[in-house]
Amino acid sequence: MSDQIKNIQGRAIPIARDDVDTDQIVPARFLTAITFEGMEKTLFCDERERTPDHPIDNPDYRGAKLLFAGRNFGSGSSREHAPQAIMRHGIEAIVGISFGEIFAGNCQAIGVPILTASPEDMLALFAHTQKNPGTEYTVDLENLTLTYGGETVALEMLEERRQSFLKGTWNVISTLRANLPRVREVAGKLPYISDFEA
Amino acid sequence: MSERTLYDKIWDSHIAARLDSGQYQLFIGLHLIHEVTTPQAFASLKEHGSDVAFPERTIATADHITPTLTQLRPFEDEQAEAMMAALEQNVDEHGIRFLNFASGMQGIVHVIGPELGLSQPGMTIACGDSHTSTHGAMGSLAFGIGTTEVGFVLETQTIVLNRLKVHHIGVGGALREGVYPKDVILRIIHDLGIKGGIGYAYEYAGKVFDDMPMEGRMTVCNMSIEGGARAGYVNPDETTFDYIEGREFAPKGESFGRAKEYWKSIASDEDAEYDRVTDIDGSAIEPMVTWGINPGHSVGITENLPDPKSFEGEDRNTAEQGYQFMGLKAGEAIAGTKIDVAFLGSCTNGRISDLREGAKVIRGKKVSPKVRMLVVPGSQLVQAQAEEEGLHEIFKEAGAEWRNAGCSLCLGMNADKLIGAERSISASNRNFIGRQGSPRGRTHLGSPAMVAASAVEGCLADPTGMVDG
Repeated sequence: MSDQIKNIQGRAIPIARDDVDTDQIVPARFLTAITFEGMEKTLFCDERERTPDHPIDNPDYRGAKLLFAGRNFGSGSSREHAPQAIMRHGIEAIVGISFGEIFAGNCQAIGVPILTASPEDMLALFAHTQKNPGTEYTVDLENLTLTYGGETVALEMLEERRQSFLKGTWNVISTLRANLPRVREVAGKLPYISDFEA
Repeated sequence: MSERTLYDKIWDSHIAARLDSGQYQLFIGLHLIHEVTTPQAFASLKEHGSDVAFPERTIATADHITPTLTQLRPFEDEQAEAMMAALEQNVDEHGIRFLNFASGMQGIVHVIGPELGLSQPGMTIACGDSHTSTHGAMGSLAFGIGTTEVGFVLETQTIVLNRLKVHHIGVGGALREGVYPKDVILRIIHDLGIKGGIGYAYEYAGKVFDDMPMEGRMTVCNMSIEGGARAGYVNPDETTFDYIEGREFAPKGESFGRAKEYWKSIASDEDAEYDRVTDIDGSAIEPMVTWGINPGHSVGITENLPDPKSFEGEDRNTAEQGYQFMGLKAGEAIAGTKIDVAFLGSCTNGRISDLREGAKVIRGKKVSPKVRMLVVPGSQLVQAQAEEEGLHEIFKEAGAEWRNAGCSLCLGMNADKLIGAERSISASNRNFIGRQGSPRGRTHLGSPAMVAASAVEGCLADPTGMVDG
């Protein structure tokens, strides 16, 4: 099975605001489960309770494979439960203005590409999606574009992350394991291991 | 080679490989684990049929879900009990040292790492918790990671990272009375914004940091992530070395001397080059308090609440949402806002010096009858030290509850939670919506002294001048 991810096609769920922290995505009280199974049920659950027409519940976005985000999406806690809940809801890629650093690392580790667009383009995408929720978008990792109708939006992504998806190497555990002899060598040279360990 | 930062030096010496993608595989010197972000990682280890590669480099404790009223087993919360049992089984199966209740060394990972001498200068440190940045106070590079990455560390003692840029933040001058490390980091986040640190490690420097004791540096580094920076650090100096000497897992005797030479060598060179530099006047910092829904929403305690129009773009919407959620109005004074709960504890401010600062304010006074105050030591060692000094009696006599070590009311994963729309002043790190366990609960962040002062006054209060002797 190939892990290559070159493009993602589908509808998008717009979360049209900044600073959506991981406590909002999955509140801490759901972190006591010892598996990620069913985590999608907790996705934005407190917010959905307060907001009757929350985009997660809006039937127009059902089956979406993309999530549109603002600035600093996924800031705060390192809980992987947040990207797991998003992925298990069916989302295969996230496009936003910027992302919390640990969240971005978690997405990479579980195989969800995150891409950025300019604030102007993102605002236009929010508006378009809210007006035309059925729109089918295509995220193309090879050309770094998002296309819909006749429109093309330029995307950005850390080149190293992009390569890992194009080459299908984002699932790094086997590579990391293969490098173990080298890891032991590097460890052996560190003074706190070789010279003065307590 | 000169012109290198501490970040450069530690990074370079820990690279195990460059991957095909161009990312780096970095060796992790110390891996701290706790009950919440690990069960799935151990499960995938089992799935892969792998062992823990360096079991001696992982240390476990329990903190997030542990009840603070009693540490007796089984826990009342069945899910918490199952989680604790899973950790016990996993560490047992893989030969990982577990600092459990019986060890006398249990506590919040970011409190016990430094206090046991586990976290040392020049190390890379990882933990499945965003506040791992705390350990940067020791002069290490410390990263919060997710659960899949915890699995990587268990299986290979490495994680995959992109190199960060370094932002040198100099805070000069001297702090005035009533101003603490918590206020310094809230000021930094206020000035640079909660997104300002994305892509950076923060290097904290200047006279304020030279003069700051280790526990204060931990408070500052702890909240680097609240400014968007995945890591933050202070260069190791004599204050650092004196702090480490004699601690449980610190190098001893001759070893300590050799360690110290290495630790000195990894500090940033005087001519190190930085990607960004900011200078802040420490003497102008006021006691800070948050008013909104992220740690960047803060003001000096004597100031009035800012006009949302002073924020640009989407930040204005977030500010307006903050006012609405917190039930506050722009232009009004923040001091005097009535509170229901006061929380002194957490990985940010649950250390012995924090409890001492709180006790100095509250000694001989009473917690307002309208306020429920929780004082929660960050570790069993902090608790023992505090009890030896009689701090617990000071808090109890004032009417506060004295609890056992754990994360407690910081994050609503145990029995300590806000109820309904309760408003708290908290020495913890996040004022996000719902953070303290109630979807409607409202959090203000401040220093331990401000928590104590506010508990006494029954409202958000300036601790300046309230210190007893």
